[in-house]
Amino acid sequence: MTYTGWFVEQFGQGLGWFLANLTLILAIAFPVMVGVALAVYADRKIWAAMQMRRGPNVVGPFGLLQTFADAAKLFLKETIIPSGASTGVFLLAPMISFTLALVVWAVMPFDAGMVLADLNVGLLYVFAVSSMGVYGIIMSGWASNSKYAFLGGLRSAAQMVSYEVSMGFILVAVMMYAQSLNLSDIVMSQKGNVLGILNGNIFNPLLFPMAIMFFITALAETNRPPFDLPEAEAELVAGYQVEYSSMSFALFFLGEYANILFMCALIPTLFMGGWLPPLDLPFLYIVPGFVWFLIKMAFMFFVFAWVKAAVPRYRYDQLMRLGWKVFLPLSLFWVVVVSGWLMFTGHFATAPGAL
Amino acid sequence: MTATFAFYLFAITLLTGGLMVVTSKNPVHSVLWLIVCFFNAAGLFILLGAEFLAMLLVIVYVGAVAVLFLFVVMMLDIDFRALQRGALKNLPLGLAVSGVILAEVLLVASGWQPGTGVVMNDALAGPPAGMTNTQWIGSQLYTRYVFVFSMAGLLLLAAMIGAIVLTHRRRVGTKKQNISVQNARTPASAVGVGKAPVGQGVEL
Repeated sequence: MTYTGWFVEQFGQGLGWFLANLTLILAIAFPVMVGVALAVYADRKIWAAMQMRRGPNVVGPFGLLQTFADAAKLFLKETIIPSGASTGVFLLAPMISFTLALVVWAVMPFDAGMVLADLNVGLLYVFAVSSMGVYGIIMSGWASNSKYAFLGGLRSAAQMVSYEVSMGFILVAVMMYAQSLNLSDIVMSQKGNVLGILNGNIFNPLLFPMAIMFFITALAETNRPPFDLPEAEAELVAGYQVEYSSMSFALFFLGEYANILFMCALIPTLFMGGWLPPLDLPFLYIVPGFVWFLIKMAFMFFVFAWVKAAVPRYRYDQLMRLGWKVFLPLSLFWVVVVSGWLMFTGHFATAPGAL
Repeated sequence: MTATFAFYLFAITLLTGGLMVVTSKNPVHSVLWLIVCFFNAAGLFILLGAEFLAMLLVIVYVGAVAVLFLFVVMMLDIDFRALQRGALKNLPLGLAVSGVILAEVLLVASGWQPGTGVVMNDALAGPPAGMTNTQWIGSQLYTRYVFVFSMAGLLLLAAMIGAIVLTHRRRVGTKKQNISVQNARTPASAVGVGKAPVGQGVEL
């Protein structure tokens, strides 16, 4: 019996369905929040290690509880709303950021069948929600009624819209290989897809450049260094977050890291075979898929933190040039190459509705 | 039951949002209400079983078009009092135009018979077995309607080129970065060591 089926049997159709989904949502949202806390800690530790510092090491064993102490401090502070702010929009912005960062996890398959909403347009859902993430930032920038915040918001809007275009083309290439928009199907299509033994699009020479471009685009989409211009502290203090304090700031911060974690989960799903082991060998399947997924996620997060520690920030015109003049033509051209190759090799002949 | 509730929720929010778009005092608030409208329209698409269209509506309109609207409206400093100053003078013309539009809407609405169009929960036959919504749309759009589809694409291309031609201007006296020259710089050509005598400085 399925999980939802058990609840429906116990509590009736409507209530049972509601309770089952509520518990499942909590079962995703709570670990994501704990994951965010640990990710912030890991980020600071990795960053510190690369700069030969110790990083957080006072609160709890190895400083593990540092993030929780920071969160508690933020929760206890006073929320300040600037007198010139547009109050409604000002308060709505962090809520939107945080909600969108959690909502997008609904379609992420953690293991075979372990997904809250198995949408057949899952990839488009991810794309839609991540393209809406810009609203939290641009609304906060405008509503704060502050020059720094406004500049940060505008920068971020332009940056995210620019990189979404090439991100869309990269997703097109992946979905052409999988012939599906469902994330579980995309993962399963990578089973032994290269030489019959390697699991993962990243081992495919045609998709490897796409994977690299997607990683860089993901950095730009999540406002991570070297593309953290919306909050470039040297020029804009803290960008769009500058007028926020206490919980409203915490929501932005949590939303940002939840988005980063999501990107760390999406890259393995699209390019590294999701919950599948890297090699299609029977004994590797003894390890549960969930563990493989977490290992890949942790690896991607390490790479994110590595980039943050190692690469200096881009200048704004260079950022725009990279997005529009390098990634957009390159990804468009590569979509043509990939689709041409797939057409030539008869990949589309089995597609439903093919002529 | 849930579908009916969701329909009325989306529909009422959509209409309220539309009303707020035209009545908001602040143009930025108007755009934000417009986004609420788009979003609820996407919800209605999902109720009709057209999840692909719903996602496209969110991606294209909410994720791209409305962001640029918001961008422009935020940058413009619109003074509503100045805009409303000549309102009384133009009132007769405005009333005449809106009267014509109202008459047209009434003419169309009087000929409309409810219940013959789309009925709730009565989605079209749906995709053939083994085909998802997305594949169904693709298989229709690129085979049966390929010419109409290409014409629509060409129309959009023409509009895009027109917009670029109208707004593109060559400004004089501006300096641009030459990226290849910047990338080709080496420490040897960029860094020099010189002695600065007291009271004279250096010539750069």
